[in-house]
Parts: sequence; C-alpha cells; structure tokens
Amino acid sequence: MQRSLHIDPLKCTGCLQCEMACSYHAEGAFNPSRSRIKVFTFHEAGRFAPYTCTQCDEAWCMHACPVEAITTDLETGAKVVSESKCVGCKVCTIACPFGTINYHHVSGKVVKCDLCGGDPECAKACPTDAITWIDADWTGLDRMRASAEKSLAGVAAS
Amino acid sequence: MQHIIIGTGPAGVIAAETLKKVAPDSQITLIGSEPEPPYSRMAIPYYLVEQIGEEGTWLRDGENHFAELGIKRITDRVSGVDTTSQTLTLENGEPLRWDRLLIASGSHPVKPPIPGIDLPQVQSCWTLEDARQIAARAQPGANVVLMGAGFIGCIILEALHNRGVNLTVIETGDRMVPRMLNEKAGNLLKSWTQSKGVTVHTSTSVEAIEASSSEQVNVRLSNGETLPADLVISATGVRPNTDFLNDTGIEIRSGIVIDDTMQSSIDNIFAAGDVAEGYDFSTGMHSVQAIQPTAADHGRIAALNMAGITTAHRGSVNMNVLDTLGLITTSFGLWAGSGDGDETELYNPQSYKYINLQFDGDRLIGASTAGMTNHVGVIRGLIQNRTRLGPWKDRLIKDPTRLMEAWVGICENISPG
Amino acid sequence: MSWTKKILRVNLSDGSCTPEPLNMAWANEYLGQRGLASKYLVEEIDPTCDPLGPDNKLIMATGPLTGTMASTGGRYAVITKGPLTGAIACSNSGGFLGNEMKNAGWDMIIFEGKSPEPVYLYIEDDLAELRPAADLWGKSVWETDDLLHQMHQDPLLRIACVGRSAEAGCLYAGIINDKHRAAGRSGVGTVMASKNLKAVAIRGTKGVGNIDNPEKFFQAVNDAKAVLAENAVTGQGLPTYGTQVLMNVINGVGALPARNMREVGFEGAENISGEAMHEPRPSDGKPNLTTNAACFGCTIACGRISTVDKNHFSVQNKPEYWGASGGLEYEAAWALGADTGVDDLDALTYANFLCNEDGYDPISFGATVAAAMEMFENGQITTEHTGGIELKFGSAEALTKMAELVAHGEGFGLDLGLGSKRLCEKYGRPELSMTVKGQEFPAYDPRGIQGMGLGYATSNRGACHLRGYTVASEVLGIPVKTDPTVTEGKAELVKAFQDATALVDSSGLCLFTTFAWTMDNIAPQIDAACEGDWSVERCLEAGERIWNMEREFNKAAGITGKDDTLPKRLLSEAVKQGPTAGQVNRLDEMLPEYYQIRGWNEDGEVTEETRQRLGL
Repeated sequence: MQRSLHIDPLKCTGCLQCEMACSYHAEGAFNPSRSRIKVFTFHEAGRFAPYTCTQCDEAWCMHACPVEAITTDLETGAKVVSESKCVGCKVCTIACPFGTINYHHVSGKVVKCDLCGGDPECAKACPTDAITWIDADWTGLDRMRASAEKSLAGVAAS
Repeated sequence: MQHIIIGTGPAGVIAAETLKKVAPDSQITLIGSEPEPPYSRMAIPYYLVEQIGEEGTWLRDGENHFAELGIKRITDRVSGVDTTSQTLTLENGEPLRWDRLLIASGSHPVKPPIPGIDLPQVQSCWTLEDARQIAARAQPGANVVLMGAGFIGCIILEALHNRGVNLTVIETGDRMVPRMLNEKAGNLLKSWTQSKGVTVHTSTSVEAIEASSSEQVNVRLSNGETLPADLVISATGVRPNTDFLNDTGIEIRSGIVIDDTMQSSIDNIFAAGDVAEGYDFSTGMHSVQAIQPTAADHGRIAALNMAGITTAHRGSVNMNVLDTLGLITTSFGLWAGSGDGDETELYNPQSYKYINLQFDGDRLIGASTAGMTNHVGVIRGLIQNRTRLGPWKDRLIKDPTRLMEAWVGICENISPG
Repeated sequence: MSWTKKILRVNLSDGSCTPEPLNMAWANEYLGQRGLASKYLVEEIDPTCDPLGPDNKLIMATGPLTGTMASTGGRYAVITKGPLTGAIACSNSGGFLGNEMKNAGWDMIIFEGKSPEPVYLYIEDDLAELRPAADLWGKSVWETDDLLHQMHQDPLLRIACVGRSAEAGCLYAGIINDKHRAAGRSGVGTVMASKNLKAVAIRGTKGVGNIDNPEKFFQAVNDAKAVLAENAVTGQGLPTYGTQVLMNVINGVGALPARNMREVGFEGAENISGEAMHEPRPSDGKPNLTTNAACFGCTIACGRISTVDKNHFSVQNKPEYWGASGGLEYEAAWALGADTGVDDLDALTYANFLCNEDGYDPISFGATVAAAMEMFENGQITTEHTGGIELKFGSAEALTKMAELVAHGEGFGLDLGLGSKRLCEKYGRPELSMTVKGQEFPAYDPRGIQGMGLGYATSNRGACHLRGYTVASEVLGIPVKTDPTVTEGKAELVKAFQDATALVDSSGLCLFTTFAWTMDNIAPQIDAACEGDWSVERCLEAGERIWNMEREFNKAAGITGKDDTLPKRLLSEAVKQGPTAGQVNRLDEMLPEYYQIRGWNEDGEVTEETRQRLGL
C-alpha cells in the first residue's frame, strides 16, 4: 500500500524542524525559505498549519508542464520534477491551485515536495507527530485535496 | 473509431494521449505541419539562450514516443475539410476520414501592416525555425529592435538580452504587456527592463522599416526616431489558424466557437487550445486565451468527450506568468476587476514589487503580481474554487500577500484574528 | 565552522553598512552570541561611555548552533552597555529572528554611532541598507511589524523592533521580534531607540549548511532531542504549563516574593498559575491559554499563546486585543501579579500584551509598579502624581492603566519608565527599590533560596535569574538537589551555573534545555557543528572566560565588589510566614568564598593569575 503524509495541524507548535529537515535533504543546508513544506502561523488564532503538496492524481502542475518535466514516481505516487528537463518557465507555478510548486531563484527551476523518495524527512523531524508518514488512504491532505478537487477541476464528469 | 487530431501543440498531444488512455482501441492520428517532433513554444526562449538543445523543447521524450503509444503521426498540412463526408485532405498525402475530428491547429503570428515588414531582416518569433533564424542573427553587439512588448516579446526579451545584443523594444500600448498587466504593473516592468540596459519605448509604433544596406535596416518610429537594426523581431500578437476551415460552415469568431464539451458548431468536430474560442471561467464569455494551461485543459476535456465520456468544461481561468529579465509578473482572471467589487494593492517600486487583488463580494476574481513567486498558484485556486473568503477578505485587503495563509486558514477553518 | 564567519558593521552616523570577516581567534575563545559579541563590545567601546550616547554600540549576535536543527537553535542576543545598570547588558531572545540573520549569512550585526533621522535596517542576504523610518517612528511594535511586512510585500520577513516605550526613553525597554518574543531585559531596546534605529528587518535565503561533521552532528542532535522529550520538565511540564509550571511550586517552597518583596508567599498565586491558565473561565467558558508555541527549532515549545476574555474590563471595546498573542511566562506573571498583589489572570495577560506591543520588560515594569505601589501606600506618591489613579497593591485597574502609560510614554508612565531604582530615589525612598546594580529582581526570593541571593548579587547584568539559575538545583533537584535554606556549597554551585550558562548563551541554544541537558549533551552538538575540539572542559572554560570578561568590563565601567549586594530588605527583614519563615539571605556567608573560588581578590577583582589562566 502506498503511504502518505498525514498532517494534524492541531499538534503543530510551529517549530519549523520540518522545514529545516526538508531543506537540508533537498539543498544540503538548513534553509526554511527553500523548504518544500511550509508551516503557516496564525498568530491571532493561536494556530499553526504545515502545508505541502498533496500529490494530486491528475496533477495540475504535471498537465501544465510544456516539456514533460513533471512525472509520477510510481513507487510513491509523488509528482516529481526532473531538474534536467525543467526549463523554468513557471507555468506550473500558476497552474497549481494549491500554491505548492514554486520557482527556485538559484537553480532557475521549480521545486516541490517529492516525498523524499518514500522516506519524508519532515515526518521524521516533527517532534509532536503533527506530520506523520502513514499507511492510510484517507489522510488530512487527502481530505483537503478531495474537497478542493471537486470544485476546482473545472470539469464535472457525468 | 477514427480520431483525427490536427495540430501537435500541447492541446493536440494531450488530447491524443488522453484518448489513448480512455479509448485504447480507437485509431488515433496526429497531424502536424512542422517537421520536428511535437515541441513546446514555451521552451523556445531557453533554446535561444542555449540552456537546452532542441530535444529540450520537445513535448515528449524520445522520437518514438507516439509510435510506441500507438498514435499515428503524419507530417503534412491540411488543405481542406469536408464536414459532410467527414474527410480531410492533405497537401501531400491521401485524404483521411474521421469519426471525431479535433482541430488544435494553434495560431500564427500576426504580420502588422507596416511598410518593409517583409524585408529579410524582419523575423517573427513563433516556430523553432524562427528561433534558429533569430539565434543566427542575434549576435553579440547586434542592433535588435523588438516590435511588441506582449507575452512573446517579453518571453524572448531575456534570451535576446543574454545574447548580448543591443536591444530596443517598441510597444504601441502605454505600458508593457498591456493585455496582462495594469498601468502600475506594466510600467513597473518597463522601468525594471530599462534598469537592465534595454531601451523601451511605449505608446510608440513602428511606422516603416527601410533597407539601409544589404545587411541593415532603419526602423522609423512614430516618435520621430530612426533606429538602425541588424534584426527586427515582430511579436505583435497571434491569430488562430483557421484559414483552412473557410467555407466549412464551422462557426468562427475570434477562434472556433466551442461549447462546454469542446465541440464546434458541427457535430463530431471539436476544437482545443489557441485556435478555440472557449469559455472563460471568469467572464462566462467565449474568448481565445492562447495559454498553455488552457490548451492542456481543452485537450484533455475534448478527448474525453470525443471518446464518449461526456464531460463539461466550466471554463478556464485566464492566467499568465512572465519572467522578464528576472522580474516575474503574473496575472489571473479578472485582473482589472469587474467594475463594482473591492480591490486592494501594495506597490513598492523601489523593490519592484506589486500585488493587486480584485474581489467580487468576498470572493477573489482576479489578481496581478510583480516580484512574487511563492505560492502564486493559490491565486488560481482561490479564483477557480470561488472560495468564500469570509473574514480573510479583510485580512487580504490589509495585506494582500497573505493569500496562501488565507487558503490554508480556510482549509483548516482558522480565522485570521 | 557553522559560523558564517561574516559580520555586518552598521554605522548609523554615516549610514554605511560594511561586511567584515568574523574574528575567528575570538570565536575560538568566546564561541558566539553572548560571549563573542561581548568580546567585540569590550574591545570596541569605552566602558565609561553614556549608554544612551552615540559612543555606545549595540550588537545583535547569533551562536554557531543558531539556525541549525539542534533543538532550540534559533536564539540571538543583544549586547550593549545597559542604561538601567551601566553594566554590560546581554538580552537573549528566541522567536525566528536569529535563524533569519544566520540564513542571510551574518553571524552578528554591530550598530555604532547614532542616526540623524529614524531609520531601519533592511537585510536581504548580502544586501544590507539603512532605510528611512519616519513613517514607523511613533508606531507600536505590532504596527511596525505589520507595516514592514506590507512595505516589503514579504510574509516571510522577520522583524525585530522597538516600541513607543523605548522611543519615550523607558529605561527597561526591550527589542521585540516576531511580535512577542523579546530581548527583554536591561534596556537594550532603549539603547536601540537612542540610536534612532526603529527596526531590523531580515530575509535570509542562503541557508546554514557548513556543519563541520554532519554525521556526528545529527547523532548528537537526535540524542539530545530524545533527552528533552523524555525529561519530565522539558517533555511535559514546560509544553503543558510553560515556565508558569513554577508559580505554585515556588510559592509552595516559600520563595515567591510578593508586594515589592515586602512579603514572601502570595495568596493569589494559584489564580495566576500555569494550571489556572488551563482552566475555562466562568465568564466565557474559554481558558486563558490558547495554545503552546515553539520558537525556531525548539522541540520543547514552552511558549504561551493566550487570549483575554472579550468582556474583561481591560479589553472591553478594544477588539485589537481580542486575538491570541504572547501570554504569561512565569517571571512576567510574578512581576505583574504577585509583586503588585494582583491576581486577575486576564489583567496580567493584557498588561503582558502591552509589554509586547510596545516593547518593555514586564519584570522591571511590574517590579517598578510594585515599588510605586508601596510608596503610594506610604504617601510618597499620590494621586496627583499618578493622574488620579489609586495605585494600590492588588488593583488590576491600576496595573493595566500603568501598563498603558508606560507603553505610550505618557504621564506617570514616564516616571515608571525610570525603573525602580531611579523612581525610589526620585520619591525619596531608595531602600524600597528591589534591585541589584539598578536592575529589578525576578521571581525567586533570595531569602527562600540562598544560592539565588549570591547569584543575584554577583550577576553581571544586575538582578537576574538567567545568569545562574540555581533554582534548578535548590528547588527542582537538577542536576542534584541542594537545600535552598543553607549557604554551604552555594558559592561553588553559583559559579558552576554562571559559567555553564554563559556558554549556553553563547551557543545559539536556549537555556531552558538545561532543565534536561548537561554540558555532556550540549558540548557534542557544538563540537560536531564547529571546527576544532569543543570538549566539555573547553566549553566550561569558555564560559568562565566570558563571565570574567564581563566582570572586567563592569569594573572599568565603575561597578565594583561593593555593588555585589542585595537590598537591605532581603538581608534583614525576615520572612514572616510559610515554609521559609524567619529566613533572610545570608549573602555574607557566601560572597567571600565565591570570590575565592572565582580566583578574585577579596574586593571582588579578577586577579592577574586568573586573567592569565583564562587568557584575558
């Protein structure tokens, strides 16, 4: 069974260990501004919410890519950017309705969560189990994705 | 079932692949007039700066990609379409009969009615062949005049600048990219471009191009200036490729008019991409958007309907992203507003940053940005989802950069304060 | 490595921002943050300079572990000559600024001179420039934070700034980052405002990547995180109750001072405790505590985020205070509460919000109000001074009103902004000031905890619990339990805590880790991150070196062994009731031994021998 990231925002304390772990894995430095997972702080509500790519099946980024640089990793289901193919046109960054694929100014390519090839660093680094990597087909991200996809798809199959 | 697709751009290719997926037993033929494997115009600027080779522009990997999928490719030009016999004729090949036809023939650059436009130094920028011509002539130090600071103009601006040419941009509008950016953003982009050493004339047109030698031309401008040029690039807009459909009875306005299943006015003939006048999500009206994501949407939905899986298209959000010499601008939906909704903006010309949001009630309907790259896609999500912003609207009015926070907050049922 | 090896020198007088290499010889002796920045300060300023004059400098500094995955590794510190004490001041803050500074590629920023006009420093990686702040001057911390985010159109910008209290000259104004984390003590914000520097706004995207030995580093960091998670204090007590876990504990052992330290033991302690913050209020059914929150990289997450009941008198019709914000830590709850005799949790929380909103130290503020209340009761201060407010112990209305006046720098708030020492002198009762070297006490009565008395008396920044927290040993039994009522062995204990703390404060880590960590957990993290061998011994020696260097600076500034003392009240007025009844602090039993262990002479001066041993 494929595993997925499960995010429970109520457990998040906003420490950003996930962002450090992610950026260290992806870029070799503790660099939250380059993290593929972002923790949003809602100061006046006293809440935190980690957020990253939901790896949608019919991924908008993937369909929008003009040079087939985004493909599905069959092992993990992750939508993965091929750095050698990506030309940096950024069309995927406006196409992704979740805002989770972003342009990287240094590499000139786009970056997104690739589930670390099946062993996500964010989940390992989270001290409160707000981010877990679980065998489940119904995670928080799935829920979020399902509700959004329904209205976002721009299509209604009948 | 015989599916024929005219055009090998993203709409045509995605349609062919989608058909193969949902109707694997049908015959799929993909007709294109250019000799190269299907490629992406979006990638041409990167080819021009030699960041990628020609293969890097290909829509799909490998010369045999389509053959391996069982999609037949024909390189030829369609000369006629007979809607009664459901047959099309090719310039060179045998006529072909279809059960379902998809017209995804794209568009071509407009040739402005200017004296001298046919001189050999004047080059459009649309095909890979055009790109090769530009690459050959845009040598370091060459004087290059770029006519049109629209999407295409801006996309290739960086490529030209990086080649070390002496570049002047002429735009008839009062700002850069007037079809995508409002006055503030368009002029911010202009001052940015000028700060990078490119001359930009707005509210200026080219009146004539005159040969001054066998190699050079003079470009005469409406402001009285005359510029010597080794190369003039014409990028003043594109128009759908519909000439071959004259007298077919297919309804054509600014493009082929399609319904919400991508079908044209004639049964079993569909259209997609730049050639199609489809639904605009924001306006509810028909328009030709001529953008990559819309072409991809069209191609996929057309294929589903061609295969008999009735699928309604709710319209595409018009959106664009441009990287002009490193300044990234975007616009989405009704970026100029609907006339009676609220709007908010932040403008920091010193840092070349701008954001403008347009609302209808408590929904986002349009946006434009400059100098912002993080999470910009969420603008599309909020618009297309018709997300009720509730208390987040006031938060966004105060600080429109908090878009992603608003989206995540709404998903998690968190109010801003 | 792990230092960026680059510092930014900002000359506010001429507006220049100049990068320069970090002095690595000093880094190897003083590590970073508190120690290293103090070294720069000591080398660069005249110790006798006016703290609020252009000759003083203000340094913001990170440690080598700042910005790394080491738990709590997000700290930065502000080092300057303090206006409250005239001594070296070092205030440490969490939040997210230190990490951002490091990510932008800077170990520290040295501000010198004085700007002719209000300015703020904007840093985006290598770009560093002073920009006009006329529009920000006169704005609160919260407004400044919002405005800078909007001006730069960057939600990820991290901001430290001063509020209106600092602009008005409040001598215990702090520097607030991320809206509610503070380099709070000793008036470092007052110094910043005196230089016409309103804010520092940083965006860093370079990353902190030069870990010397990554494999060893992750091993040490993960081992240490496990220790924090399994420890009862850092794994449960602090996340659940924050530092407020201490309110009932300290009250229970007879060490909670009350009413300007006139009393020990506060009958209202339970009402303002960490436990009380969890209790749903009868008024609106919601607890004061909304959530706990972490600073950058912290796996403890002791931070309090609180909400005041909308109908509470303090915030009625003030919707700007209805949202959640930084809530009460133990020291603030004590100073604003027990020390003023107020046990209204929401009133304390509101006052705490104001401390954050306009950037002043709740400990010094609460203690100063407490002194004013005592003088009000004794008749030296009257309603004529206070603008009609009955400044009585126990009055939540008076407390919140005073908080507003200090925040805005208005009326009697200007007197309160002088701090307890100057206020008591002004009104003719200097003996009522509960301060050491001019800085107000925190929340542990040295009559009930003997070692803390010695720690307060000898602290290099005046009365402070964060320079040697022997409460850990004397009350909590960390790392070993000692008897709080005896003086024997306390000199050694205090020295050990002071030296270790100086090192922790120089690393980028949070002192609160030491509820669970010893130097055996800390040194390996530093060792793996930094070049060279950072053994436990070297760390402790560096700590001792830092302590002595600070001491030497203070001596040159005119602060001597004579100032190593406590207010008379604590030395002679015995505790009247409770478990510590009859006790006074017996400083004289500890101080000579302490000097001796320190290697100082009997006047408390660092001897040449000690100086040489430590390489000073």
